[in-house]
Amino acid sequence: MNLHDLLLVARETRDPARLVEAIPYARWMGMAPEITTGEFLTRMRYRPENIGNPHLPALHGGTIGALLEMAAILHLLWESESVTLPKIVNITVDYLRSGRPLDTLAKATVTRQGRRVVNVDVSAWQDDRSKPVASAQVHFLVTPVDAVAK
Amino acid sequence: MTPVRDLAFFQQWFNDQIPHNAALGTRVVSLGNGAAVMQLDWAEHLVGDPTTGILAGGPITVLLDSCCGMAVASRMIELTAFATLDLRIDYARPAAPRKSVIAEAECYRLTANVAFTRAIAHQGDPKELVAAAAGTFMMATKGPAVTFPAPRGKRKAV
Repeated sequence: MNLHDLLLVARETRDPARLVEAIPYARWMGMAPEITTGEFLTRMRYRPENIGNPHLPALHGGTIGALLEMAAILHLLWESESVTLPKIVNITVDYLRSGRPLDTLAKATVTRQGRRVVNVDVSAWQDDRSKPVASAQVHFLVTPVDAVAK
Repeated sequence: MTPVRDLAFFQQWFNDQIPHNAALGTRVVSLGNGAAVMQLDWAEHLVGDPTTGILAGGPITVLLDSCCGMAVASRMIELTAFATLDLRIDYARPAAPRKSVIAEAECYRLTANVAFTRAIAHQGDPKELVAAAAGTFMMATKGPAVTFPAPRGKRKAV
Protein backbone atom coordinates (compact mmCIF):
# COMPACT_ATOMS: atom_id res chain seq x y z
CA MET A 1 0.00 0.00 0.00
CA ASN A 2 1.36 3.45 -0.81
CA LEU A 3 1.67 6.35 1.60
CA HIS A 4 -1.52 8.02 0.43
CA ASP A 5 -3.64 4.90 0.94
CA LEU A 6 -2.02 4.04 4.29
CA LEU A 7 -2.81 7.51 5.61
CA LEU A 8 -6.43 7.18 4.59
CA VAL A 9 -6.70 3.69 6.12
CA ALA A 10 -5.07 4.82 9.38
CA ARG A 11 -7.55 7.68 9.74
CA GLU A 12 -10.54 5.62 8.61
CA THR A 13 -9.84 2.80 11.07
CA ARG A 14 -8.65 5.18 13.84
CA ASP A 15 -5.52 3.02 14.03
CA PRO A 16 -2.46 5.26 14.37
CA ALA A 17 -0.12 2.24 14.21
CA ARG A 18 -0.89 2.08 10.49
CA LEU A 19 0.84 5.46 10.03
CA VAL A 20 4.33 4.05 10.63
CA GLU A 21 3.80 1.28 8.09
CA ALA A 22 4.32 4.06 5.55
CA ILE A 23 7.61 5.32 7.04
CA PRO A 24 10.55 2.86 6.91
CA TYR A 25 12.74 4.80 9.38
CA ALA A 26 9.99 5.01 12.02
CA ARG A 27 9.45 1.26 11.73
CA TRP A 28 13.16 0.49 11.98
CA MET A 29 13.53 2.72 15.07
CA GLY A 30 10.64 1.02 16.84
CA MET A 31 8.61 4.23 16.95
CA ALA A 32 4.91 3.66 17.38
CA PRO A 33 2.07 6.14 17.77
CA GLU A 34 -0.67 5.28 20.25
CA ILE A 35 -3.98 6.74 21.41
CA THR A 36 -4.57 4.41 24.36
CA THR A 37 -4.91 7.29 26.83
CA GLY A 38 -7.05 9.35 24.46
CA GLU A 39 -4.24 11.66 23.41
CA PHE A 40 -1.98 11.05 20.46
CA LEU A 41 1.49 10.02 21.69
CA THR A 42 4.49 8.48 19.94
CA ARG A 43 6.47 5.83 21.76
CA MET A 44 10.08 4.91 21.01
CA ARG A 45 10.58 1.45 22.41
CA TYR A 46 13.82 0.90 24.25
CA ARG A 47 16.33 -1.21 22.41
CA PRO A 48 20.06 -1.60 23.16
CA GLU A 49 21.00 -0.28 19.68
CA ASN A 50 19.67 3.16 20.68
CA ILE A 51 22.33 3.67 23.33
CA GLY A 52 24.83 6.50 22.83
CA ASN A 53 26.85 6.19 26.04
CA PRO A 54 27.08 2.57 27.27
CA HIS A 55 28.74 3.58 30.55
CA LEU A 56 25.83 5.50 32.05
CA PRO A 57 23.97 4.00 30.10
CA ALA A 58 22.16 6.74 28.16
CA LEU A 59 20.19 6.88 24.92
CA HIS A 60 21.98 8.54 22.00
CA GLY A 61 20.86 12.18 21.94
CA GLY A 62 20.29 11.84 18.22
CA THR A 63 17.63 9.16 18.77
CA ILE A 64 15.74 11.49 21.10
CA GLY A 65 15.93 14.26 18.49
CA ALA A 66 14.71 11.77 15.90
CA LEU A 67 11.76 10.80 18.13
CA LEU A 68 10.76 14.44 18.67
CA GLU A 69 10.78 15.10 14.92
CA MET A 70 8.89 11.91 14.08
CA ALA A 71 6.32 12.56 16.83
CA ALA A 72 5.62 15.95 15.25
CA ILE A 73 5.27 14.43 11.75
CA LEU A 74 2.97 11.63 12.93
CA HIS A 75 0.86 14.09 14.92
CA LEU A 76 0.42 16.30 11.85
CA LEU A 77 -0.45 13.30 9.67
CA TRP A 78 -3.01 12.14 12.24
CA GLU A 79 -4.62 15.50 12.91
CA SER A 80 -4.64 16.96 9.41
CA GLU A 81 -6.32 15.94 6.20
CA SER A 82 -3.08 16.24 4.27
CA VAL A 83 -2.07 13.27 2.17
CA THR A 84 1.55 14.34 1.80
CA LEU A 85 4.28 14.30 4.42
CA PRO A 86 5.01 17.63 6.08
CA LYS A 87 8.41 18.98 4.99
CA ILE A 88 10.69 19.85 7.88
CA VAL A 89 12.28 23.31 7.77
CA ASN A 90 14.18 23.15 11.03
CA ILE A 91 14.24 21.69 14.53
CA THR A 92 15.70 22.98 17.78
CA VAL A 93 16.13 20.37 20.49
CA ASP A 94 16.71 21.16 24.17
CA TYR A 95 18.22 18.26 26.06
CA LEU A 96 16.97 18.37 29.64
CA ARG A 97 17.94 15.04 31.16
CA SER A 98 19.91 12.00 30.17
CA GLY A 99 17.70 9.42 28.45
CA ARG A 100 17.78 6.18 30.40
CA PRO A 101 17.38 2.71 28.84
CA LEU A 102 13.58 2.87 28.90
CA ASP A 103 10.72 3.51 26.48
CA THR A 104 10.45 7.20 25.62
CA LEU A 105 7.13 8.93 24.88
CA ALA A 106 6.60 12.14 22.96
CA LYS A 107 3.65 14.49 22.66
CA ALA A 108 3.38 17.13 19.94
CA THR A 109 1.31 20.32 20.13
CA VAL A 110 0.61 22.59 17.19
CA THR A 111 1.28 26.13 18.40
CA ARG A 112 0.44 27.81 15.12
CA GLN A 113 -1.11 26.47 11.96
CA GLY A 114 -0.40 28.77 9.06
CA ARG A 115 -1.23 28.29 5.41
CA ARG A 116 2.33 27.31 4.54
CA VAL A 117 4.13 26.82 7.84
CA VAL A 118 3.15 24.89 10.98
CA ASN A 119 4.88 25.49 14.31
CA VAL A 120 4.99 22.45 16.57
CA ASP A 121 6.21 22.04 20.16
CA VAL A 122 7.19 18.53 21.22
CA SER A 123 8.03 17.15 24.65
CA ALA A 124 9.54 13.75 25.46
CA TRP A 125 9.61 11.88 28.76
CA GLN A 126 10.15 8.40 30.12
CA ASP A 127 8.56 7.05 33.31
CA ASP A 128 7.64 10.47 34.76
CA ARG A 129 5.91 12.98 32.50
CA SER A 130 6.77 15.84 34.86
CA LYS A 131 10.47 15.16 34.20
CA PRO A 132 10.92 15.60 30.44
CA VAL A 133 14.15 14.31 28.89
CA ALA A 134 13.96 16.74 25.96
CA SER A 135 11.76 19.23 24.17
CA ALA A 136 11.83 20.67 20.68
CA GLN A 137 10.39 23.34 18.48
CA VAL A 138 9.87 22.27 14.89
CA HIS A 139 8.78 24.13 11.76
CA PHE A 140 7.23 22.35 8.80
CA LEU A 141 6.15 23.42 5.36
CA VAL A 142 2.77 21.96 4.58
CA THR A 143 0.81 21.65 1.38
CA PRO A 144 -2.61 23.26 1.71
CA VAL A 145 -5.38 20.71 1.19
CA ASP A 146 -6.98 22.82 -1.56
CA ALA A 147 -3.65 22.92 -3.44
CA VAL A 148 -3.44 19.12 -3.45
CA ALA A 149 -7.01 18.78 -4.68
CA LYS A 150 -6.29 20.97 -7.72
CA MET B 1 48.10 4.86 29.98
CA THR B 2 46.01 7.20 27.87
CA PRO B 3 45.57 5.95 24.29
CA VAL B 4 46.91 8.12 21.49
CA ARG B 5 44.01 10.15 20.18
CA ASP B 6 44.55 9.59 16.50
CA LEU B 7 42.02 8.83 13.78
CA ALA B 8 41.97 5.13 14.72
CA PHE B 9 41.05 6.05 18.32
CA PHE B 10 38.08 8.13 17.20
CA GLN B 11 37.01 5.49 14.69
CA GLN B 12 36.99 2.90 17.45
CA TRP B 13 35.11 5.23 19.78
CA PHE B 14 32.52 6.75 17.43
CA ASN B 15 32.06 3.83 15.01
CA ASP B 16 32.22 0.85 17.34
CA GLN B 17 31.80 1.90 20.98
CA ILE B 18 28.63 3.95 20.47
CA PRO B 19 25.94 1.34 19.86
CA HIS B 20 23.56 3.59 17.95
CA ASN B 21 26.27 4.86 15.61
CA ALA B 22 27.19 1.24 14.90
CA ALA B 23 23.52 0.36 14.27
CA LEU B 24 23.04 3.32 11.94
CA GLY B 25 26.39 2.83 10.21
CA THR B 26 27.92 6.28 10.72
CA ARG B 27 31.64 6.32 9.99
CA VAL B 28 34.43 8.64 11.08
CA VAL B 29 36.18 9.99 7.97
CA SER B 30 38.73 12.45 9.29
CA LEU B 31 39.87 14.29 12.37
CA GLY B 32 41.39 17.68 13.13
CA ASN B 33 42.02 19.70 16.28
CA GLY B 34 38.44 20.79 16.94
CA ALA B 35 37.18 19.36 13.68
CA ALA B 36 35.50 16.14 12.61
CA VAL B 37 34.11 14.63 9.43
CA MET B 38 31.66 11.72 9.48
CA GLN B 39 29.67 9.92 6.83
CA LEU B 40 26.38 8.07 6.63
CA ASP B 41 25.44 5.86 3.70
CA TRP B 42 21.92 5.81 2.32
CA ALA B 43 19.89 2.74 3.27
CA GLU B 44 16.32 1.72 2.55
CA HIS B 45 15.39 1.46 6.25
CA LEU B 46 16.50 5.05 6.93
CA VAL B 47 14.03 6.54 4.47
CA GLY B 48 11.43 8.99 5.76
CA ASP B 49 9.37 9.37 2.60
CA PRO B 50 8.91 6.12 0.66
CA THR B 51 7.48 7.92 -2.36
CA THR B 52 10.79 9.74 -2.93
CA GLY B 53 13.40 7.63 -1.09
CA ILE B 54 14.56 10.71 0.80
CA LEU B 55 16.22 10.02 4.17
CA ALA B 56 14.29 10.80 7.34
CA GLY B 57 15.58 13.70 9.44
CA GLY B 58 16.41 11.35 12.31
CA PRO B 59 19.53 9.73 10.82
CA ILE B 60 20.86 13.18 9.88
CA THR B 61 20.20 14.38 13.45
CA VAL B 62 22.20 11.44 14.82
CA LEU B 63 25.03 12.05 12.33
CA LEU B 64 25.26 15.78 13.13
CA ASP B 65 25.00 15.24 16.90
CA SER B 66 27.78 12.64 16.77
CA CYS B 67 29.98 14.70 14.47
CA CYS B 68 29.65 17.80 16.68
CA GLY B 69 30.43 15.61 19.69
CA MET B 70 33.56 14.26 18.04
CA ALA B 71 34.70 17.80 17.17
CA VAL B 72 34.41 18.64 20.88
CA ALA B 73 36.27 15.49 21.96
CA SER B 74 39.07 16.22 19.48
CA ARG B 75 39.83 19.46 21.37
CA MET B 76 39.62 18.15 24.92
CA ILE B 77 42.93 17.86 26.77
CA GLU B 78 41.56 15.35 29.25
CA LEU B 79 38.64 13.23 28.10
CA THR B 80 35.64 13.51 30.39
CA ALA B 81 32.01 12.71 29.66
CA PHE B 82 29.94 15.44 28.00
CA ALA B 83 26.34 15.74 26.88
CA THR B 84 24.40 17.62 24.22
CA LEU B 85 22.67 20.69 25.69
CA ASP B 86 20.91 21.81 22.53
CA LEU B 87 21.02 21.14 18.84
CA ARG B 88 19.45 23.16 16.06
CA ILE B 89 19.27 21.80 12.53
CA ASP B 90 18.18 23.75 9.46
CA TYR B 91 17.21 21.43 6.63
CA ALA B 92 18.37 23.38 3.58
CA ARG B 93 17.41 20.76 0.98
CA PRO B 94 16.39 17.10 1.00
CA ALA B 95 19.25 14.59 0.82
CA ALA B 96 19.25 12.97 -2.63
CA PRO B 97 18.34 9.26 -2.39
CA ARG B 98 21.02 6.56 -2.66
CA LYS B 99 23.85 8.99 -1.95
CA SER B 100 25.91 9.26 1.22
CA VAL B 101 25.60 12.23 3.55
CA ILE B 102 28.81 13.81 4.83
CA ALA B 103 28.86 15.88 8.02
CA GLU B 104 31.64 18.35 8.83
CA ALA B 105 31.71 19.79 12.33
CA GLU B 106 33.83 22.35 14.10
CA CYS B 107 34.16 23.07 17.81
CA TYR B 108 34.90 26.80 17.73
CA ARG B 109 34.93 27.42 21.48
CA LEU B 110 35.60 25.12 24.40
CA THR B 111 35.30 26.24 28.03
CA ALA B 112 35.26 24.30 31.30
CA ASN B 113 31.46 24.18 31.22
CA VAL B 114 30.27 24.52 27.66
CA ALA B 115 31.47 23.64 24.15
CA PHE B 116 30.10 25.46 21.10
CA THR B 117 29.94 23.72 17.73
CA ARG B 118 28.62 24.24 14.23
CA ALA B 119 28.28 21.73 11.44
CA ILE B 120 27.13 21.25 7.89
CA ALA B 121 25.83 18.21 6.03
CA HIS B 122 26.23 17.78 2.27
CA GLN B 123 26.49 15.07 -0.37
CA GLY B 124 29.88 15.81 -1.85
CA ASP B 125 29.68 19.52 -2.64
CA PRO B 126 30.02 21.57 0.58
CA LYS B 127 28.36 24.52 -1.16
CA GLU B 128 25.19 22.49 -1.75
CA LEU B 129 24.06 22.09 1.85
CA VAL B 130 21.61 19.45 2.96
CA ALA B 131 21.63 20.81 6.49
CA ALA B 132 23.34 23.31 8.76
CA ALA B 133 23.52 22.77 12.51
CA ALA B 134 24.56 24.47 15.72
CA GLY B 135 25.05 22.47 18.88
CA THR B 136 26.19 23.21 22.42
CA PHE B 137 27.46 20.64 24.89
CA MET B 138 27.73 20.55 28.68
CA MET B 139 31.23 19.51 29.66
CA ALA B 140 32.40 17.27 32.50
CA THR B 141 29.13 15.47 33.06
CA LYS B 142 28.96 12.30 35.15
CA GLY B 143 30.77 9.10 34.23
CA PRO B 144 33.57 8.15 31.85
CA ALA B 145 33.60 9.40 28.27
CA VAL B 146 34.73 6.15 26.74
CA THR B 147 36.22 2.84 27.79
CA PHE B 148 38.58 0.77 25.69
CA PRO B 149 39.84 -2.75 26.12
CA ALA B 150 43.35 -2.49 27.53
CA PRO B 151 46.07 -5.16 27.34
CA ARG B 152 45.58 -8.27 29.51
CA GLY B 153 41.83 -7.91 29.39
CA LYS B 154 41.65 -4.89 31.69
CA ARG B 155 39.38 -2.07 30.64
CA LYS B 156 40.58 1.43 31.19
CA ALA B 157 38.34 4.47 31.35
CA VAL B 158 39.83 7.64 29.90
